[in-house]
Amino acid sequence: MSFKVAAAPHGHSQKKTNQVMAWVVFALIPGVIIQSYFFGWGVWFQILIAVTVAYLSESICVWARERSARQALRDNTALVTAVLLAISIPPLAPWWIIVIGTLFSIVVVKQVYGGMGQNIFNPAMAGYVLLLISFPVQMTHWLPAAPIAPYDLGLWQTLHTIIFEYTPTGYDVEQLRTTVDGMSMATPLDGVKTALDQGKILTEAYQQPMLGSLAGIGWQWLNLGFLLGGIILLQQRIIRWHIPVGFLAGLLVPSFLAHMFAPSIIPGPIFHALSGATMLGAFFIATDPVSAATSDRGRLLFGLLIGLLIWVIRTWGGYPDAVAFAVLLANLCVPIIDRYTRPTVYGHHSGAKHDAE
Amino acid sequence: MQDIKQFVESGQIARFPGGIHPPERKQPASEQPLRRVPYADELILPLRQHIGLSGQCTVRVGERVLKGQALTDAALHQGLPLHAPTSGTVKAIEQRPMSHASGLPEQAIVITPDGEDKWRERQPLPDYQQRDKAELLDIIQAAGVAGLGGAGFPTSQKLAQQKPVSYLIINGVECEPYICADDRLMREHARDIVLGMRILAYITGTDKTLLAIEDNKPEAIDSMRAAIAEYDDIELRIVPTKYPSGGEKQLIQLLTGHEVPSKQLPIEMGIIMQNVGTAFAVKEAVIDDKPLIERVVTLTGECIEQPGNVWSPLGTPVDALLEYAGFKPEQQQRVIMGGPMMGFTLPITAVPVIKTTNCILVPSTRELPPPGDEMACIRCGACAEVCPATLQPQQLQWLAKAKDYPALEENNLFDCIECGACAFVCPSEIPLVHYYRQAKSQMRNQAREQAKAELAKKRFEARQARLEREKEERLERHRKAAEARKQMQQQQAQEASEQPSDNDGKSSAVAAAIARAKAKKAAQEDGSSTPAQPTDAESKQKSKKSAAVAAAIERAKAKKAAQQTARESDVEAESPATEQQRPAQDKSAAVAAAIARAKKKKQAREQQTSDDRASQSPDQEDKQ
Repeated sequence: MSFKVAAAPHGHSQKKTNQVMAWVVFALIPGVIIQSYFFGWGVWFQILIAVTVAYLSESICVWARERSARQALRDNTALVTAVLLAISIPPLAPWWIIVIGTLFSIVVVKQVYGGMGQNIFNPAMAGYVLLLISFPVQMTHWLPAAPIAPYDLGLWQTLHTIIFEYTPTGYDVEQLRTTVDGMSMATPLDGVKTALDQGKILTEAYQQPMLGSLAGIGWQWLNLGFLLGGIILLQQRIIRWHIPVGFLAGLLVPSFLAHMFAPSIIPGPIFHALSGATMLGAFFIATDPVSAATSDRGRLLFGLLIGLLIWVIRTWGGYPDAVAFAVLLANLCVPIIDRYTRPTVYGHHSGAKHDAE
Repeated sequence: MQDIKQFVESGQIARFPGGIHPPERKQPASEQPLRRVPYADELILPLRQHIGLSGQCTVRVGERVLKGQALTDAALHQGLPLHAPTSGTVKAIEQRPMSHASGLPEQAIVITPDGEDKWRERQPLPDYQQRDKAELLDIIQAAGVAGLGGAGFPTSQKLAQQKPVSYLIINGVECEPYICADDRLMREHARDIVLGMRILAYITGTDKTLLAIEDNKPEAIDSMRAAIAEYDDIELRIVPTKYPSGGEKQLIQLLTGHEVPSKQLPIEMGIIMQNVGTAFAVKEAVIDDKPLIERVVTLTGECIEQPGNVWSPLGTPVDALLEYAGFKPEQQQRVIMGGPMMGFTLPITAVPVIKTTNCILVPSTRELPPPGDEMACIRCGACAEVCPATLQPQQLQWLAKAKDYPALEENNLFDCIECGACAFVCPSEIPLVHYYRQAKSQMRNQAREQAKAELAKKRFEARQARLEREKEERLERHRKAAEARKQMQQQQAQEASEQPSDNDGKSSAVAAAIARAKAKKAAQEDGSSTPAQPTDAESKQKSKKSAAVAAAIERAKAKKAAQQTARESDVEAESPATEQQRPAQDKSAAVAAAIARAKKKKQAREQQTSDDRASQSPDQEDKQ
């Protein structure tokens, strides 16, 4: 009788790629729940639309490339991209925003470059940047967090707003984020930045209604939720510490030093750590292995670069937050980082040759 | 060197990067005492058992052989002889499927045991210290001892290094899951192993032997510790369990804190490593005069009923071993020769146990699930994390798939020890080692081809230069000859017009000259150049064939006439160009010129033909 032929090794450990991706989505759950608590039902609809569009477009692309669509969908990478993009955009953004973003992420950024594992840029962040540049109004219309929100939208009202851009009672998103006294409510990052640009000092900027005890109301908890998810990923060994640590060091060390230097006009590390997409970026976005550096040293450097870029753009740039820009810029540097951070191979240490003599 | 000494003296155990902890699964096989399997109906002994050349067969079909009798003679020191595992008759010398992933056939000696198990004459040598080291090396070589831990490198060759050895390391780590052949051997034959270690230490001249065992074999450690107690120069080193700590490079790093420099052998650091099984085989070869005719093989996996370790005669077919151990194959059964990490699957089991066979593993799909579908690499870096050589397996994989050989070289693919740790942890289940092996063999082929092409190019260029040189020389000769001939013709024409009839005796020479001139003219009318230029003459040959024939006839006549007269006169003028205008010497000068011309023409023709032959087959030389 003849026996089955297989390549060594004849055994396998660890999670499979699709399980790794599933864990990423699983670890996002605390953050998403917190987001839906503070920012309404919108995030669930955005996720739903994004995942549907992602799976459809991925299937069509893979089919067009004459590969197995079933296998491509099973790897869960499209799921991760879709969810990351959906939770990055304002929850009440009109439906076509997330459709365009997801299509761009999956079709152009991922499949055109050869599909899973081949993309140079982080698909979710490339999609986000496309949307931010093309539709700046829709993409910056974040509602104030629940405790200070002027309106509380139900499930149906949220869906209606996402589909028709108006609530059933006829309010548009701009009106929804305007308080009774006619003030349009910005995100904490935006609010502080605007105040500082107007020449106010930090204590004045922090007195705005959207700011809480640590950073923005709602936003601080959202960031802590993603931090929790990140710790789950680390504990499960889905990601390694290098990128998040580099990321946070790159962001927090300069902000700490600058804050010590000019405490009245430069926000400190805690504000940065718990504002915007910091924790989501550090643990879920920058850690996308496909578009990150590969070696441990390279990843540390890659994370540092992202963190530093975020701080620079948040401090001096035109945009209030910068995770997506920083990630894409760092993606561009990956080949060169990889080249110069290659670990020394066994037998190639300078000491090794020396000892042989 | 001093660093290494310092480290070893301190007794520390260093660590190596990466590595994995796959399920060990050494039990239950490791708990069963060694058994001896009965001789199979036929023993298949492939001529090539290990790295190196195969020996020449010294037995004939039908011949009766005794146990331990050499069946091949080793090709100098490149190879090792093969011995009859028991007495019997040579049934056949033919192609048999090999113990290789391909199952391709190779030449093998097939022996039918006669059941008597009758030994050849033996000369035990208990007092080996009385013998010369070279003599012991010869004994080890003649006993066919090869490295039993890995690739089966001839032990005598490894020991014959003309370099000082500071440390002899005996490898009893056995880090691969399932395999426990060395474990069992250490438990049951510790004293023999230590004797073998003494012999190895004596041959290498080292005063320090390190015995390394992984800490998951407490019984083996105890038994070896007791056996080495009386020797001060043997030290036991217990290394933590981690795959692949038994790899030569990794174990050296563990014990010395230093790496073996890339592309060098451990001997460059003053280290020689031998496996415990090899030490045992050396003891048997030297002290008992028992060549390597059997070895311990682990039979394990959930698809056999009696897992354990057996003394298997070399040449025992795998199916006989499996039958002995109660093989219950399942659907899609894999039969692995070696361990789960580095072993290879056997397509058929009618292949023999050879010197390097340490394990036959027949796993159920439950214990070792077959590989799933290969997915794309997501560059997660799990592979780099476990690589003991600190390579970047994910990058190597991209490069291997892209067949970017220069980049693979630059990324040190050849420092990969193919341990399989990367593929073991890869979440996308990419058979990484498989890709590396493929790329390596293609790169080796390419290097070979390149070297060949380089040599051929050099040879071709040298040949071109030589042909060019010869052509130039030839043209130069022709030019000179042509000049001389021209001068002669002018002279003769002059003579003919001046003295139409000198006297009777000379008339024949003159007639010859005239005839020749006519023939030449006729030839010139047809062709543009003079027939004195053999190259041109050759090319125009067909068009002026008839004219040339006529001319040749005339010339022949003339030549004959000239020769007749030439016999009478003194032939001395090899250089007609220096001739003077003296009527008295006209005759002899003309004759001499004619002869010289004839000679030159002949020579030219010969060269022409040889030149043609050469230019028609420019590759002939290269092919030889």
